[in-house]
This record gives sequence, C-alpha cells and structure tokens, in this order.
Amino acid sequence: MSALLAVDLPYWAQSLLRVLGGTVAVLLPAGTIVYLFLFKMMSFMQSRLGPMEAGPYGSMQLFAEVGKWLQKEDIAPERADLAVFRFAPLVVLMSTFLLVAVVPFGPDAYFTQFDAGVFYLLAVSSISTLGILMAGWSSANKYSLLGGLRAAGQLIAYELPMVLAVLGVVIQAGTMNLQAIVVKQNTDAIFGWHGIGFPYILTQFVGFLVFMIAVQAELTQTPFDMPIAESELVSGYMTEYSGFRFLIFFIAEFATAGVFALIASVLFLGGWGVPFSWFGWTTDTNSVANWMNVGGPLIMFTKMMVLTGIIMWVRFSYPRFREDQLQRFAWKVLIPISLVNIMLTAILKVAF
Amino acid sequence: MTDIADRQKLSYIAAQAADARLNVELETEGMTLNIGPQHPATHGTLRIIVRLDGEQVIWAEPSAGYMHRGYEKLTEVRTFPQVTALVNRIDWLGSFANEVPFILAAEKLMDIEAPPRAQWIRTILFELSRIANVSLFLGDLGVQLGAITPVFMAFRDREHVLNLIEGATGGRFHPNFDRIGGLKDDLPAGWIAETKQVMKKLRNFCDEIENLLFGNEIFQSRLRGIGVIPAEVAKQYGLSGANLRASGVDWDLRRDQKLPLAYDKVDFKVWTHPDGDSFARCWIRLQETREATLIVDQLLDGIPAGPIMAKVPRIIKVPEGEAWVSTENPLGEMGYYVVSKGELGPFRVKIRSASFNNISIVPWVLRGVYVPDVISILASLYFILGDIDR
Repeated sequence: MSALLAVDLPYWAQSLLRVLGGTVAVLLPAGTIVYLFLFKMMSFMQSRLGPMEAGPYGSMQLFAEVGKWLQKEDIAPERADLAVFRFAPLVVLMSTFLLVAVVPFGPDAYFTQFDAGVFYLLAVSSISTLGILMAGWSSANKYSLLGGLRAAGQLIAYELPMVLAVLGVVIQAGTMNLQAIVVKQNTDAIFGWHGIGFPYILTQFVGFLVFMIAVQAELTQTPFDMPIAESELVSGYMTEYSGFRFLIFFIAEFATAGVFALIASVLFLGGWGVPFSWFGWTTDTNSVANWMNVGGPLIMFTKMMVLTGIIMWVRFSYPRFREDQLQRFAWKVLIPISLVNIMLTAILKVAF
Repeated sequence: MTDIADRQKLSYIAAQAADARLNVELETEGMTLNIGPQHPATHGTLRIIVRLDGEQVIWAEPSAGYMHRGYEKLTEVRTFPQVTALVNRIDWLGSFANEVPFILAAEKLMDIEAPPRAQWIRTILFELSRIANVSLFLGDLGVQLGAITPVFMAFRDREHVLNLIEGATGGRFHPNFDRIGGLKDDLPAGWIAETKQVMKKLRNFCDEIENLLFGNEIFQSRLRGIGVIPAEVAKQYGLSGANLRASGVDWDLRRDQKLPLAYDKVDFKVWTHPDGDSFARCWIRLQETREATLIVDQLLDGIPAGPIMAKVPRIIKVPEGEAWVSTENPLGEMGYYVVSKGELGPFRVKIRSASFNNISIVPWVLRGVYVPDVISILASLYFILGDIDR
C-alpha cells in the first residue's frame, strides 16, 4: 500500500489508513451479512417480514441491535476464569482481523502482501479455535465446555480438508502469494482464449466445493453448528456471554463468514478482477488502471455477497449433523476427495 | 431396514458396555448434566438427569413434576361440566382432544349418548386438534435438529387450523366446547367449505415438510437407527400412539374400540413402521397428520343433520358408578377413570395421559447414545409437558 491511489503517504498515515481499512473490511461485510441475510433473507424464507420499523425496511435495525448489546451489563459467571473469559472473544475477533490482512482488494489496495500468504491465512484461521476453546473452558458451565470441546474437535478436523482444497489452487498457480494468484487467474488464458481469464473454479471445482464445506464447518454454520447447537447445548461456548462480549462473538462469526467468502473469491473466482478484462489487464498489476483500487473492493464485495448468500442459504435450510457423523464426513469423504483432487491437479500440471 | 436387528443388537451392546463401565469404576469420572428444567429441548420444565462419559450417556433419568398443577385433585372440587375447562390444559396443543374422553366417561355413567351430529362434529374437532398438535411437532422437530425454517412453516399453517377451531368453538387454544350430551353450539355458516380449503393447505404443508426435512440426508442420518425401541419393550413400558405404532404394533384406539364417535363411518389407514427408531416415529406422525386431514374431509362430506344436544337435566348429577374411557389422542392413549358418588362433581378422577407413560422409556432408550441423540430421541418421542405433569 506504499502507493495507495498513487499518493505517497507518510508511515503514520499509511498505518492509520490500514487500521481504518481493516475495520471497514471486517465490519462492513459483517453488518451487511447480518442485515441482508440474517434479518431479511431468513425472514422471507420463513414467511416473516423481519425487521420493518427501524429505518426504511428495517435497515437501521442493526444499529439498534448494537446499541442494545452495548447497553447490556457485562456479566461473568462467579466461578469463571475471569481473565481468560474476558479475553476469549477478542481472540476470536483477532483471527478475523488477521485473516483480512492478506486479502488483496485491488492492484494496490491490500493491507499487506507476502509470498506465504496462503500459508499464513490457513495458520491464523485456527486462532479462532483457541478463542472458542478458551471461552468454553473458562465459562465454568458444562454446556459451554461441551460446546468448546466440540468446536475444537470440529475445527481441527475441518482445517485439513481446507488446507488440501487450497493446495490444488497453489499447485496450479505455482505461488502462495494471494495477489499473484489473482493476477494469474486474470491473465491466464483458456487454450489461448483470454476472454474471461482463467478463474480456478473451472479446474478446481472439487476443491472449491470442499473449501466451501470446510468454510461452513469452520464458521460453525448450520449443518456443522454443533458447538453452538441452541437446542442441545443452549448456545455452547457463547452461553455465558452477554453484552458487548457476546456482540464481539457475533461480529466475529459473521465477519469471518465474509472474510472466508473473500478468500474463496480470491482463490477460485478471480479475486478483484472481472471477466472480459476491459480495464486493461495484460500481464501484472502495473498494467491495471489505478481506479481499480476503488472498483476492486466493490467487485470483491459483490463476489463475497454471492458466496455468503450460499453459505447462509445452506445455514437456514439444513438440519445439523451429529458430532461423530461430522468427523466421519471430514476424514472419510472430504480428505480423500481433496487428496485425489491434489493428485489430479499435480498430474495435469505436469502434463500441460 | 434389513439390518435393524443388528442395530438393536448394537444398541443393546452399547447399553451393556455402559453398565460395565459404571461397574468397573474407571479412573475417569462421569459428568452429571442436568438437561432442564430450563432447556429449549424439553418444551417446558422437564428435567432429565444424564450422566455422561465424554458425550455418551451412561445413565439417564427423567425427573418430572416441575409443572404439576394437581388436576386430578382439582377435579374433585369441580362440578362435572366445569372439569372440561381444567382438562383442556393437559395437552395444551390439542386441547379439545382432552375434553372428549372425560365427557364420554361422564356420558357413559349417565347412560346417555350425544346425537349423531354432535358425534360427527366432535370427531372433526378431535382430528383438527390432532392436526394442530402434530403439525407443530413436525416443525419443532426441525428446530431440535438445527433446522430453523420448518418451525415457521408449522406455525404459519397451524394458524389456519387454530382459526377453524376458533371459528367453531370461540377459543383458539382452550375451546371448552364439549358438553355432557353434546356440544355447546352448532357449526357456524361457511365453516365446512373453509375447513376443506384448510385441509388442502395442510396436505401441502405435509408435502413441504416431507421434502424439506424427511428427504434430507442429514435428517435421515440423524434419526435412522437411533433410539430403536423394539415392539416388546414398547409394550412393556406402556407406550401408546405414534410411538407404539412406530415400533410395528398395529394398535389404534380410533379403530379398535367402539365409542360414540364417528370413526367407524370413515375409511382411514393406521400407519405402522417396522423400524421403531426415531425416524419411524417422526414419519408415522407425518403420515397421521395427512391421514387426519383426509378423515376430516370425509367427515365433512357426510355430516348428518339434527340436534347437537341430547336431552340432559339442567343440573347434571352423575349417578353412582365408575367408568373408564380412553381415546387415541394426538400424543397417544389418553384415558379418564371417573368415580362418581352421585353428586355434582366427580369423587375421584384418574387421568392416564400419554406423555407420562411415553417418557417412562427415557432411561431405557437413552443409555449409550450421544448428547445430540438425546435431543433427537426426546423430540421424536414427542411429549407435551402439561401432559406429563397434569
């Protein structure tokens, strides 16, 4: 971002912009997802209207909710491990911020960029597991403990298919740099045809499916929401939280949904590029018009909304697995599939 | 369906292993978890004490009584017509069905019979309350398994049925409409045509639920082969209603006993399922809701004309004697043993409610299952708390 919008900025200004940008990149998707999908789409699916009173079509409901949560008393159970209990939501949210840091939004619009980007994001996505485990353990509640342990087992199990699904993309792109993966997808050609670039969803469709399923599990969304499981564990690791700590869990859940959708669109859907490269792709980011630093985030946002739409659609219509069925699904179905996918990718990579 | 014997054997082995684990006193300590009294899966205030090894249940016991309202005792200080207002609140989702067996018992003691039109309307309302009750079960089943959408569909379509009940009786949840010797009122104008429309909607709802839930692979994998109750065990524990029929016992009081209701005038199928697992119980209920709409349709077509009230004295005194009448209520067999000493009110009423016996199998069926299955088995056994703690 040293040359954000082709303006040279002092270091403090760059840092400030990064912090603001990161906050926007986390909160904006979270807010949009909660309003559009959780409030509205879910209501229409369930023959309700959803929020209608606060603002036009209830669009201010979100702010009302946030205001409500902020006013609530911050309660901690008497026998809770206070330090851990209070820190846990922040750990979960921290993982979201760390994830968004490597996502490229435009030719120069990224927070940071380095060659081990894919490796890094797979690593930091596990930090949320730690936060959930901390929350479950420190709550001094049996339901929370069960939820936390379920979460740990589940997130570790689904980390692996996710890594393996991404590996296919990494093999095909030949790089772990997320920006380079975007560039590659937009500049490559399908058998000499440059029309739509070469989004990896075409060749890595299996990888894409496995990745989205793993994301669903990683986010503890419905077919895989045993850690929360309102009807069994009442709310799992979140049971004892109230007020703004609960709000942080809530934001983290939906912001992470958004961030994983962003990552999926970077890895499989061509990132901030669009088909029919009318804005001047040729070889690298330098050939891209500068205004794509504004247009890119909008394109990313659109792709993110499509993917989170799918995630939420599944969430609202499926019942949940049982814990052992989920593990079996991860180890016996997803991992073999993604291993075969990697093997095929590698063979075809060498062949072509 | 073929390996059902294996599954039963496996669940038996799991239960035995759980016992053995308790006996040898391993180093690890079981965790005692109170599911309830305040827990979303218990539809109220049922408490189930489970001892867990990890997430596996090694011992479970339901502890009822948190909502005991003493209806059996209260009936002793009420007159006979007043009792219906009380018993209405036993199974609160299918209220009208609670009134019918009591009224029938009182009529049996007084040796009067309601006129045919009253019998038909009684039967129609009985089936409508069954639909109202079980359709909510079908939605709630989704919530227990983590699917949040079906319950709203259930509420949406149950509303139509409640409107019908309100139209006929004046009360949505607690009609208090049944009288000794007949009914309080006749049907309002236009009710029959509207009911036919609603029955069509309800059949659509059943199809919707069947597509959304019962065809779902996750749903099936959560319920099939879980909580298997063999027929003998079901009989031993006194299960009734859909829980018993799901174990393959062809037993339905609507068909099997002669009561002054219109069931012998209609043609309906009693569904049974050989598996006895949670899925079978849910599936039976789905089929029964559909069957109930068909029963209502048939009854509406042939409803006879005539009075809706037999000749009964203004002040009802029930002659001395004892009577037992039970009917096939939405939750299972519900019966009243009424003892009268010839006074204004009953001397003693024993209420046999279906859920109380149905949850008696909980300690047997929950051994060796996982916590998520505890919830799905409880959901599939389908109890209403008011029906457990009268």
